[in-house]
Amino acid sequence: MSRFVFKLPDVGEGTAEAEIVAWHVKVGDVVAEDAPLVDVMTDKATVEMTSPVAGKVEVLHGEIGDMAAVGAALVEFAANLAGSDPEPGHAQGHAEPGDGSSALAGTSGEGEALASRPQARPSAPLSRAPGGAEMSSDVAFRLPDVGEGTAEAEIVAWHVKVGDRVEEDAPLVDVMTDKATVEMTSPVTGTVVAIHGDVGAMAAVGGVLVEFSTGPSPKPLSRMPEAPGAAPSPQAGETREAGPSAVLAVSSGPTGRRPPTIPSRAEGERPLASPAVRRRAEDLGVKLSYVAGTGPAGRITHEDLDAFLASDREGRPPTAVSSAYAPREGVEHVKVIGMRRAIARQMQEAKRRIPHFAYVEEVDMTDVERLRAHLNTLHQDRPKLTVLPFIMRALVRVLPDYPQINARFDDEAGVVARSKPVHFGIATQTPQGLMVPVVRHAEALDLWGSAAAVTRAADIARSGKGSKDDLSGSTITITSLGPLGGVATTPVINHPEVAIIGPNKIVERPMVQGGQIVVRKMMNLSSSFDHRVVDGYDAAAFIQRIKALLENPAALFID
Amino acid sequence: MTQALHTRLLILGGGPGGYVAAIRAGQLGIDTVLVEADRLGGTCLIRGCIPSKALIHVASKFEAMTHAVGGAGDGIALSSAPTLDLEKTIAWKETVVGKLNSGVAALLKRHKIRVVNGWGRFTDAKTCLVQTPEGEVTIKADTVLLATGSVPAELAHIPFGGDVISSSEALSLSKAPKRLVVIGAGYIGLELGSAFRKFGCEVTVVEALDRILPLYDDALTKPVKTWLEKAGVTLHLAARARGFENGELVVEKGAEVLRLPADKLLVTVGRRPRTVGWGLETMGLDMAGPFVKVNEHMQTGMRGVYAIGDLVGEPMLEHKAAAQAHIAVETIAGKRRSFAPNAIAAVCFTEPEIVACGLSPAEAAAQGIEVISAVFPFAANGRALSMEAGEGGGFTRVVARRSDHRVIGLQAVGQHVSELAGEFCMSVEMGAVLEDLAGTIHVHPTLSETVHEAALRALGHPVHI
Repeated sequence: MSRFVFKLPDVGEGTAEAEIVAWHVKVGDVVAEDAPLVDVMTDKATVEMTSPVAGKVEVLHGEIGDMAAVGAALVEFAANLAGSDPEPGHAQGHAEPGDGSSALAGTSGEGEALASRPQARPSAPLSRAPGGAEMSSDVAFRLPDVGEGTAEAEIVAWHVKVGDRVEEDAPLVDVMTDKATVEMTSPVTGTVVAIHGDVGAMAAVGGVLVEFSTGPSPKPLSRMPEAPGAAPSPQAGETREAGPSAVLAVSSGPTGRRPPTIPSRAEGERPLASPAVRRRAEDLGVKLSYVAGTGPAGRITHEDLDAFLASDREGRPPTAVSSAYAPREGVEHVKVIGMRRAIARQMQEAKRRIPHFAYVEEVDMTDVERLRAHLNTLHQDRPKLTVLPFIMRALVRVLPDYPQINARFDDEAGVVARSKPVHFGIATQTPQGLMVPVVRHAEALDLWGSAAAVTRAADIARSGKGSKDDLSGSTITITSLGPLGGVATTPVINHPEVAIIGPNKIVERPMVQGGQIVVRKMMNLSSSFDHRVVDGYDAAAFIQRIKALLENPAALFID
Repeated sequence: MTQALHTRLLILGGGPGGYVAAIRAGQLGIDTVLVEADRLGGTCLIRGCIPSKALIHVASKFEAMTHAVGGAGDGIALSSAPTLDLEKTIAWKETVVGKLNSGVAALLKRHKIRVVNGWGRFTDAKTCLVQTPEGEVTIKADTVLLATGSVPAELAHIPFGGDVISSSEALSLSKAPKRLVVIGAGYIGLELGSAFRKFGCEVTVVEALDRILPLYDDALTKPVKTWLEKAGVTLHLAARARGFENGELVVEKGAEVLRLPADKLLVTVGRRPRTVGWGLETMGLDMAGPFVKVNEHMQTGMRGVYAIGDLVGEPMLEHKAAAQAHIAVETIAGKRRSFAPNAIAAVCFTEPEIVACGLSPAEAAAQGIEVISAVFPFAANGRALSMEAGEGGGFTRVVARRSDHRVIGLQAVGQHVSELAGEFCMSVEMGAVLEDLAGTIHVHPTLSETVHEAALRALGHPVHI
């Protein structure tokens, strides 16, 4: 028997806590795997949490109406994992119910695979749950329901590999939902015996991600055949489809058979690799003599080459590091996954579907800048204003006259949804990549309100904890590179919107006014429009209205 | 008329090294000129592998029919002896050569290779003068690839000419000689000698060494020797040809002097790289013995000059030249490539055939490698028996390193075994272990089952023996 603590999983919405709204179990209940345990409510949804294990409920934490923090223990089980084994017929590695000695007796005759099973039993769980089911060595960690109506999440990084010993709460895997990347932590202390899904794969909610053995760290290595060529024991050979305990035996096998670090090759012996691997190594500039081979007879596989590339670069020709003028070698292959893939897909959609046209106009920002400086001096107690709130104000003033621009175009249905509210998408660079958090109802925000909303939106995006609402539903997007603003840009429309406005950098320029050359603070306004919905004439007229407002900022505040 | 061309890559020689290099260069978008004086295809296509295999095929057919006269064991009986019109055989062989020849031309055309037909001679490492039927063409090239191949080696005291012929002439005889004497019991001499024996000629083979086919070990050559003896080919081993006078070859065998009457004297004492007649001496290349010296990228000592094939060393085999062509051209195209195969297999179309890839047990022992070696006889293979290939001592042999079971050699002798070469090469090149061969389901009924059984036997549990 093992003790298993079910904790409120990170629900990936920037939610730090959830309210317990209903319990489906009580202390003493024996629950099956996947049985409902508790309903919790986040900001957005009520989620039914199901049991990741089969076992007996020993402790419940929290009353209905209590707020439970993410990561807090909700249910403590005496987990009966032998009982959860889907195929009891081969539960040879699982002990019979009863005390430890009978468990050992039950396993002793089962052959070599069992010899690799831990012989020592942890005493603590036994003493805490006398008479309960015998401990099993297997816990499955499933992708929790991330509460966004999301059925799957993409695996973006593994923190563990098979054979790793992990502590409770140690990071296991990062998964990405539509909106956020979430680090999943281990519910138990144990040894990873299997991981499911490669980086980039989609994992279904409820699908097993990691299988653990919660027994003490296995030491089966000395029992593996010494000679690499010797045939593996039949038990190890047939365990692929056998139960999880057998998986433990087989997973320890290769580890024992191949010392992973040093190429075990005689001095001067040519490394053994298939022609395809050799060719790839040549292309990469890797000397195979530095690469350890894990295949039969020490054959170097593509995976070995990958592992070598991931570790060090000793095999590179020395010229690669010796001189600043040395030719650089090699190509780094970066998988487009996670956030990058989401961005790539969105941009491709936008550029493929939308016939863009760009319109660039210059705006004299001298008066706005004077007003801005004045307001910032006047209201020392408030956050400093940037130009952005002025542009937002100008847009919300003009947009009602151009309803086709503040809109979302469902081109599949052939319907343009003209929005009365103005929900600005604010293109924001985050460490993960470009995100577009939303400032809702900008028409109802004054200058400082707009500034605060933009700050909040940017913070949400950068924290990676934005909810679906924080990150979707914009009706027009502003993209500003700030001090990197450049002279002109051709922004990509945030599909399914129909327009995007990109203020460029403000610079002092000599301008001619009344026959005199004067220094003015000039800014270009680069914008792109969906020509299916917005005609060039209207777009130009729209931008001219914005220009007029910004050049006469008093008009911003006069109805 | 004098014409001047400039090209990025100039290839001298349109054999299996040169034409493969040209096609690969075309694929890589390299502007390429190929210079060839003869028909395209080189020794292999025109006067080597392909024509000799055509001749051997006809010879075997003829022999089978001869055996059927008066009734053979398999129930076929011919009432009279077959006749042979060697002139027609040679004409048929020429159609085979012609097909391949025009095929190569079409491939080169498709890859937009300019073929200049004429004898090329370098005046410096990057300039080549070609005498074409239309006049002299001067070709200047950024990069040069030499693929001039090889020529039959000549004995100084028995020069080619008259009835002293090389393999090239032997493949174009209009009439089968009554008495053929072959000097050299290497694979060319024995392949052709055996074929002419099947045509009914009296064949005598003179070899300076005390054994035939010195490239292969005794176990592999024994069935060949047995066949030669059974077929009535006279073998003089450890015998030296001293001269050819009045239609007789004078041979010194120990203390004995033999005079062997010969209508044709076929000299097959090896081949030597073609290093003369095309201006090699003007190019400033380093040599390695008779060969042009190259590194693993097929680069010679002169920058921008590459060489491949028979010109650069043993083994002088078509498939080695073609593989080196890929390495050279891809290196020229800026890729990092080196020629470092695990093994280059060789086949020998004697009766029966021999195929050998990698190390024999003796070669492994000489390198200090402890091996497991196992053979599986064709006499225990159903497919071999069903096509009268079970007799004659044929077998398949696997050689694996004892420490890790890696397959380092695969050899076979027996009828039709040349087609096993694919699996042999694949296994050695991929670094297969015995368990890989044993764990691969081999198709029944085929000769390839003998590979499976040999591996099983090496592991201690063969099925059919």
